[in-house]
Amino acid sequence: MQQQHARYWRRVLRLTGVLLGVWFVAGLGAGVLFKEQLDAITIPGTGFPLGFWMAQQGSILVFVLIIWAYARKMRALDRDAGVEEDDQ
Amino acid sequence: MTVQVWTTLFVVLTFGLYTAIAWWTRASSTREFYVAGKGVSPLANGMATAADWMSAASFISMAGIIAFAGYGGSVYLMGWTGGYVLLAVLLAPFLRKFGKFTVPDFVGDRYESNTVRFLAVVCALFVSFTYVAGQMRGVGVVFGRFLEVPVETGVLVGMAIVLFYAVLGGMKGITYTQVAQYCVLIFAFMVPAIFLSLRFSGLPIPQLGFGWGGEEASVLAKLEGLDRELGFTPYTEQGGGNVLNLFAITLALMVGTAGLPHVIVRFFTVPKVRDARTSALWALLFIALLYTTAPAIAVFARYNLMESVRDASWSVSAETNDDPSIKPLPEWVRSWEDIGLIAWVDKDGDGAVDYAPGAAFVGKPSFAPDETRGDHGERVLVNEPTEAKNELYVDRDIMVLANPEISGLPNWVVALVAAGGLAAALSTAAGLLLVVSTSISHDLLKRGLLPNISEKGELRAARIAIVGAVVVAGWLGIDPPGFVAEVVAFAFGLAASTFFPVIVLGIFSTRMNKQGAAAGMITGLLFTASAIVWFRFLHPELDTAKHWWFGIGPKGIGSVGMLLNFVVSVAVGACFPAPSASTQDMVRAIRVPKGAGAAASH
Repeated sequence: MQQQHARYWRRVLRLTGVLLGVWFVAGLGAGVLFKEQLDAITIPGTGFPLGFWMAQQGSILVFVLIIWAYARKMRALDRDAGVEEDDQ
Repeated sequence: MTVQVWTTLFVVLTFGLYTAIAWWTRASSTREFYVAGKGVSPLANGMATAADWMSAASFISMAGIIAFAGYGGSVYLMGWTGGYVLLAVLLAPFLRKFGKFTVPDFVGDRYESNTVRFLAVVCALFVSFTYVAGQMRGVGVVFGRFLEVPVETGVLVGMAIVLFYAVLGGMKGITYTQVAQYCVLIFAFMVPAIFLSLRFSGLPIPQLGFGWGGEEASVLAKLEGLDRELGFTPYTEQGGGNVLNLFAITLALMVGTAGLPHVIVRFFTVPKVRDARTSALWALLFIALLYTTAPAIAVFARYNLMESVRDASWSVSAETNDDPSIKPLPEWVRSWEDIGLIAWVDKDGDGAVDYAPGAAFVGKPSFAPDETRGDHGERVLVNEPTEAKNELYVDRDIMVLANPEISGLPNWVVALVAAGGLAAALSTAAGLLLVVSTSISHDLLKRGLLPNISEKGELRAARIAIVGAVVVAGWLGIDPPGFVAEVVAFAFGLAASTFFPVIVLGIFSTRMNKQGAAAGMITGLLFTASAIVWFRFLHPELDTAKHWWFGIGPKGIGSVGMLLNFVVSVAVGACFPAPSASTQDMVRAIRVPKGAGAAASH
C-alpha cells in the first residue's frame, strides 16, 4: 500500500515536471526570453511575428492544452494505482 | 433608443437577475456560506472561477493597457493565464483533497501552528483588500460614464448590490451569480470584438482577424506603419524595459494568480479531486476566450483611435462640418472629455489634435474651476504642459468602454459593454469580500479567538464581516492608489511572495515545518511590501529602471520575494525538527485522491 502510493507519487511528480517544463518554454521562453529571435519568422498569411504571437495568443492555447493533458493523464494514473475516488 | 436608456435597461435587467439568483440560492449553513456545500459541478465552477477571476482590470483596463503598451502588455496575458497551470498541477487537486474551508485552514493545520495560520490570515486580508479596491473603482467608472453619475455614487451603488447578494448567499449565492455574470461579461466582450473583426478583416474570429491579411494588409501591420509615422514604438516590438524585468513581472503575475486566496478557494467547492482538475481546465478555457480576444480589441481600438483623432479640429463637429479639407472631431471624444478621461491642450495653437508619444502634460488632468472653456471649446487644464509634441491625454481605462462608440457600433452594443464591465467588477468583488469575511469569521474567530462560537453565531459573524469589508472596499475605491490594473498588479506580487511557496512546500515536502514556513512568509511579505511602498509611495521619483533593485521594478519584485521565501523557508526549516508523524501522514494522504469524502468531514 505505502509502496504503491510512493510509486504513484513518483509518477505524478514526473508528469508535473514535464508539464511545467512545457509551461516554461511556451510562456516565459517563447513569449519573453526568445521573443526577439522568434520574431524573425512571420506566421504565413498573417502579419503576426512569431514571438509576438506566442506572447499574446500561442502561449495561452498551450496553457489550456497542458491542463487538459494533466487532467486526462492523472485520471489514468489514478486508475492504474487504484487510488481513484469512489463514485458516491 | 439612446445609449443611456439602453444602459439603464441592461443594468436593471442584469442586476435584477443577480438579485433573484442570490435569493434562490441563499445559504443556511457555514458549509454553504463558505464553500457552497461542496456541491458545485466542475463546469459551473469553471464558469464561476472565470467570472471571479476576470475583474474590472481584465475587462475594462487590460485591452486598454495592451493597446498602449503593445507587446509590453503581453505580461498580463501570459501572467494571468499561465498561473492556472501552476494552480491546476501544483495546488488545486491537493487542497481539494485536504478538504477544509480556507487557505489559512490548510496552512494552519499543515504547519500545526496558530501563528502561521494568523500570518496567512493577515496575508489573505492584505491581498484581498488591495485587489478589491480596483474592482469598486471599476464599478464607479462604468456608472460615471454610462449613467452620468459621479464616480463616487457609482461606487456606492456597486457596494449596495454586492452587499446584498454576498451577505445573503455567501459562496453559494456568489457561485451561481458568477455563472450568470460570466455569461453576461463574455457576451458583452465578444460582440463588439466580432463586429470590429468583421469590419477590419472580414473574419468573424477576432483572434485571427487582427493579424489576418499578411505582412502589409493586416490591421496589425497598418497599425505598425501608423506607429512609425507618428513616432511611437512599433506595436509588436519591445519598447524600453529590459527582458529581465518583463520576465520577473510575468512570473510574479503567474505565481501570484496561483496564490490568490479567492481563486484557490473556488476549488474547495467541487465534490471531488478529479473535479478540481477538470474544473481548472474549464476555468482556463473560459478565461482564454476573453484573454485571446483582448489583444485583438487592443489592436482595433488603437488603430481606430489614432486614425480618428490625429489632426482632427477640436471645435469642428461632424454634423455641421461642410469643409472637406477639415477633419472634424468625433463626438465620443467630447463626451469622454466631459467626465475627464480625455483631455486636450492646444500647444501649437492650430486648433487640431497632435497625437504623438509622451505625456501631453504633467499628471492626471486637473480642470480649471467653473467649467472654463478654451478657444476651441475644450476644457481648460491647470496642469503644466510638457515639452513633448503630444497634446492629447487618453485614459487607458476607456479603451474597451469607448471602443464601440469609437467604431460607431449600435447603441445597444455600447450599453452591453457597460453591463459586462459591471458584471466583471461585481463578480470579482464578491469573491474577494467572501475571502475577507471568511478570514475573519472562520480563521480568526472560530479557529482562533472564539473556538466555542456556535454555527449560527459564526454565520452571523461572517455576514457582519462582509458588511465591514464592503465599506472599507468602497472607501478604497473612491480614493484608490493608481490605475485599476496597477493596483491589482500589486496584489499579485504579495500573493506570489507569501502564499504560493508556503502551500507548495506544504504539499510537496513532508519535511517542511512551521518555523520555515513562518520565516519564509514574513520575509516574502516584508520584502515585497517594502519594495512597493518604497517605489510607489515614499519615493515615486526613484521608480525608474536605474534605481530598481536587481533591475526589477515594483511590479515584478514579487518574483524575487517568492524566491526569497523559498530559500528562507528551506534554510530555516532545515534547522528545526520535522513536523509530527501525524502531519506527515496527512501530507501523504492529500497526495492521493482516494478518500476525499472522508477528509472533507469537518
